[in-house]
Amino acid sequence: MKDELANRSLPMSDAMMTYPVTIRKVIWENDDTFTLTLDMNGTLGEFSFLPGQFNMLYVYGIGEAAISISSDPSRTGTLDHTIHRVGTVTTALSQKKRGDVIGVRGPYGSSWPLDVAQKRDVCVITGGIGLAPLRPVIYSLLKKRDEYGRIIILYGGRSPLDLLYRVELERWEDAKNVEVLVTVDRGDSSWKGHIGVVTSLLSYIKLDSRNTIAYVCGPEIMMKYTIDELERRGLPLDRVYLSMERNMKCAVGFCGHCQYGPTFICKDGPVFPLPRIRPLLDRKEL
Amino acid sequence: MVIIGFTHFDELLSALRKRDYTVIGPVARDGAIALDVILSASDLPKGCHDEQQPGSYFLRHEEDEAIFGYVVGPQSWKKYLYPPRLKLFSAKREGKGFEIVSDSATPSPKYAFLGVRPCEIGAIKINDSVFDGGQYSDARYVSTRKDACVIAVNCTRPAGNCFCVSMNTGPRATHAFDLALTEICENGTHHFVVDVGSELGQSILEDVTHRQAEKNEIERALDLLSTSAAGMCKSLETEGLPQLLNDNYEHPEWDDVAKRCLACANCTMVCPTCFCSTVDDITDLTGDHAERWRRWDSCFTSDFTKIAGGNIRMSTRTRYRQWMMHKLAHWHDQFGTSGCVGCGRCITWCPVGIDITHEAQHIRETSISTINS
Ligand SMILES: Cc1cc2nc3c(=O)[nH]c(=O)nc-3n(C[C@H](O)[C@H](O)[C@H](O)COP(=O)(O)OP(=O)(O)OC[C@H]3O[C@@H](n4cnc5c(N)ncnc54)[C@H](O)[C@@H]3O)c2cc1C
Ligand code: SF4
Ligand code: SF4
Repeated sequence: MKDELANRSLPMSDAMMTYPVTIRKVIWENDDTFTLTLDMNGTLGEFSFLPGQFNMLYVYGIGEAAISISSDPSRTGTLDHTIHRVGTVTTALSQKKRGDVIGVRGPYGSSWPLDVAQKRDVCVITGGIGLAPLRPVIYSLLKKRDEYGRIIILYGGRSPLDLLYRVELERWEDAKNVEVLVTVDRGDSSWKGHIGVVTSLLSYIKLDSRNTIAYVCGPEIMMKYTIDELERRGLPLDRVYLSMERNMKCAVGFCGHCQYGPTFICKDGPVFPLPRIRPLLDRKEL
Repeated sequence: MVIIGFTHFDELLSALRKRDYTVIGPVARDGAIALDVILSASDLPKGCHDEQQPGSYFLRHEEDEAIFGYVVGPQSWKKYLYPPRLKLFSAKREGKGFEIVSDSATPSPKYAFLGVRPCEIGAIKINDSVFDGGQYSDARYVSTRKDACVIAVNCTRPAGNCFCVSMNTGPRATHAFDLALTEICENGTHHFVVDVGSELGQSILEDVTHRQAEKNEIERALDLLSTSAAGMCKSLETEGLPQLLNDNYEHPEWDDVAKRCLACANCTMVCPTCFCSTVDDITDLTGDHAERWRRWDSCFTSDFTKIAGGNIRMSTRTRYRQWMMHKLAHWHDQFGTSGCVGCGRCITWCPVGIDITHEAQHIRETSISTINS
């Protein structure tokens, strides 16, 4: 036992240690969702991440929350996090201003695999805040537009005013061979688009089931219906990826909170190939 | 194998202290065996014998001189390897931000764990795989563990809830110790038959008066250990257990156990392999000083699975199921072994005497998959 341990080097730093970084910019996306741009040119050194990975953001004296990185992975120096204000930590984050300092540690977790999408069509299906962890995917796909087939973005929000990244949604739509379909649960007088759940958008597109990779992120119930719908359209399960959410205290597999059956969402996920967790999705209160 | 006479036992403690170890071992306290700092052999619980049943523990005092006459108490070495409360860092406010002023790297003492039972060695190996077996390592755990000296004590008698034989962890320590002692206290003899497990163990032994063991002395020790194994009343049939539990995710037994379980979390606190934790953030009144603490948590607590949409596991039924399926099924997927070492603590310290072996056996006998097929 001693020898086994002696051969392993001590970890360079503490897995639970947070690093202070300065907020460069705060953008309110809607009433209760905002994007923080963090200046990473400091303590953490060279920071790189893969689309779908997340950080633990710490508010001094208040606590930590797991937040996906929502910026372009090829951008250096700064990172975006798009945060839905739902409770203690996210509210404290929402009160931060440009120039304030928060703690960050990461990046953690698995990522959306882009290599499998080469030369194929890509269908991004998201609801609510679920668009945030997929925005780095969209940036990456558009950056190397020619390496992929069609890009289809299906996005559902509660109401028109709740939609995230509205300017960018329009810009993406203008890109070559990109289809962006947006739906809302409740429209308003100015809304001329789709109304209904995000799965209903699938009936407006022709999915090439033999040649499409699907990335799905949103509330669990939305993901379940989406998967059923994709299965019905003959998309092989192993072409579908989804990102799961559970309570998370440590992000490194020590706290036990994020267990999802045999998996730890923090280190085995949050992004899973569907076959890995398909049987788990049907288990209630897992 | 060698023999250390009881009268020379204090030399073992001196040999450990000479090497700067803080010796932690069993003490009798509040009617149970607890773990604490041991200064001399007289601190060890002489003549104490535990009687354990589901939901019951009783420490009996007898006239004999045995210092390891009991089996396992409610505490385990996790108390030292990953303490119930640990400061992760302190920070102080600095302008619009903060600065980290200390971290958890504050070294823990160099521990010698005295009286580690074979099942507990199994548990420590499991702790290793949790905190130091994957992508991330817990720095504090790794350094405490790396420095720790393990003096095991084999079990010449099982307690009422032990089932280490089923879990392949006891009653004799076979690996991962520096020294392993089998206490023989009978017919006027009181000595320890000692196995050396490492160079460190060998060097410690050199500071303690000892002699080569006679063949009959070794045989007597092995005899006691095999009698102990044979005398274990409890067992857990592990064959195919992960699959069995997975097939019975909706078994009615989960409802039945939920009627009895108080969701008190005792089982998780006493289990030597349960590792869940949460964090607390605190500040002083001025807010100029903040601390982040890690503390043991349990999958039975009400907000363990809270997310913005609500709690995932709402009922005692699903919390007990998570606990037991994690131990006996998912652990295999996560760490390649069972999460249970058969120490029986969760059975003894459950206020209503819920018995993990009975629950598993009941599900086996009434398996939905068997009934359906
Ligand atoms: C991998 C991952 C990525 C995420 N990405 C984003 C993102 O990009 N944007 C975003 O807005 N949200 C994201 N979340 C959800 C976010 O972490 C929670 O909404 C947040 O932790 C809630 O904290 P709170 O203190 O504001 O809420 P409260 O409701 O006050 O929290 C109360 C307690 O519940 C815990 N809690 C509640 N929800 C969660 C949760 N999901 N995970 C962990 N603990 C929780 C808190 O830690 C706290 O202990 C992500 C979650 C995960 C697991
Ligand atoms: S589950 Fe129970 S018997 Fe098994 S190791 Fe934990 S406390 Fe001991
Ligand atoms: S099984 Fe027993 S010890 Fe565990 S939570 Fe239920 S009542 Fe408490």
